[in-house]
Amino acid sequence: MFTLIKRIFRSGWQSLTRDGGMIVANIFIMTMAISVITSLFLFKDISQFLIQSLQEKVDVSVYFKYESSEEDVLKVKEEIGKIPEVKEVKYVSKEEALKKFTEKHGDNPVLMESLAELGTNPFLASLGIKAFQAHQYEAVVSFLEGPNFNNLIEKIDYYERKPVIERIYGLISNFNRAGIVFSIILALVAILVAFNTVRLSIYNSREEIKIQRLVGASNWFVRGPFLVQGAICGFFAALICLLLFALLTWGLNSKAEVLFPGLGLFAFFVSNLWLILLIQIITGIGLGMISSLIAVKKYLKV
Amino acid sequence: MIRLQNITKIYPPKTIALDDVSFEIKPKEFVCLVGRSGAGKTTLLKLLLAEERPTSGRIFFDNQDIQKVKLGYLPELRRKIGAVFQDYKLLPSKTAYENIAYAMEVIGASDLEIARDMTEVLDIVGLTKKAHNFPAQLSGGEKQRVAIARALIHRPEVILADEPTGNLDPYHTLDIIRLLLKINEFGTTIILATHNKEIINSLGKRAITLHEGKIIRDEKIGRFIL
Repeated sequence: MFTLIKRIFRSGWQSLTRDGGMIVANIFIMTMAISVITSLFLFKDISQFLIQSLQEKVDVSVYFKYESSEEDVLKVKEEIGKIPEVKEVKYVSKEEALKKFTEKHGDNPVLMESLAELGTNPFLASLGIKAFQAHQYEAVVSFLEGPNFNNLIEKIDYYERKPVIERIYGLISNFNRAGIVFSIILALVAILVAFNTVRLSIYNSREEIKIQRLVGASNWFVRGPFLVQGAICGFFAALICLLLFALLTWGLNSKAEVLFPGLGLFAFFVSNLWLILLIQIITGIGLGMISSLIAVKKYLKV
Repeated sequence: MIRLQNITKIYPPKTIALDDVSFEIKPKEFVCLVGRSGAGKTTLLKLLLAEERPTSGRIFFDNQDIQKVKLGYLPELRRKIGAVFQDYKLLPSKTAYENIAYAMEVIGASDLEIARDMTEVLDIVGLTKKAHNFPAQLSGGEKQRVAIARALIHRPEVILADEPTGNLDPYHTLDIIRLLLKINEFGTTIILATHNKEIINSLGKRAITLHEGKIIRDEKIGRFIL
């Protein structure tokens, strides 16, 4: 058995080294297929990160009537904090609101003069509420609109933001869905192309397979070297792909950081290196071996 | 040992390659299949190697009906047979040495056995110096000798040789025939398909003459008459 395995491996490696052109073509096509699969994996995680970071940016502000005391507002804050859908509640007092405004618009003399003319702090105390999911804001808002808080709340800006929030979420989920469907189709096409390349190279060996059978080789003795070749091609394709993606994520890292702050493309790649390598190697070796297995089967009927 | 019962082989649509052929070959026999090109010699050898199936009739090898052998078990049957093909059928990506050794590798011989027998066989067929050449780097005669070496190295029960001297010069032809006779003396059955008049007449062995797919003569000491 050991001798058989040793011979299968030796024969597979020998054919590989003796038919360089075809092997390079196989590795190239497989690299493409594995790249698509890797992109699918990266795309899924990056889009998840984008959704999450957008979700972090969305909140609903509740403005309290001018005469509402800080004590009342903090009571409401406590009540809201108990709602399970609520992730975070942040209190902004009148003074803080004024401070933020002056910090932001300090260099705008018109605004500052108008503020000085008023003589008082015109800003309202507010609560910034963040929910876990976008669709949960509806429940939070309807809770706030209840009779308990009617006399305290001046305005909830949810309805102004609602169309924008929903549009962004709609866009993201559509983009995400379309991206995944497109990537899956692309991956299938890449797999089929890789399969056909392997099939073509085995088609070239059909006469050789027939001879091996006529000389008395068992099916496994014939197909073994092809499987070894397929696996080696897949392995090399996976390594090339890993290197390619390392360079790509490293190169695009700073550009992606500008577009999506905090994304850290290269850091994401490095932290998922083993998983990505595993996906690539499984895809490469699996694709190479399964394609070879199917392609050889046809010529073993001698 | 080998028994053919009413074998007919028709290639679609209506080409009759063999027509109701029956004969028996005993162990250790040396049998020549004689006939013009297209007489059915190669088809007959293909049927014996189970490379093709007859349209009707039965072929027995060691009392085993070849048609009933499943595809997965054919290698076992073929390991008992050494075949020299008219078109050599060498593996182009393997060297002469590897081509010959392949027949031993498939039967599971150890590397030591292979190395030992290879030295001997390469010497017999005179290819020691060209052992590491690929088939594309060999002449027709050299390829023929590689094919012969591959057919005999694993000591099969039967050797089927389809025009094994077709591409050889008279000197090597004589060598190969002597070699086949020697192998036969050691107990291997030989079935030699040829249309070489000198070989048939000088051998003095059993000759089955085929004409248009039919046996027209089966003589114990055959002569070349067509």
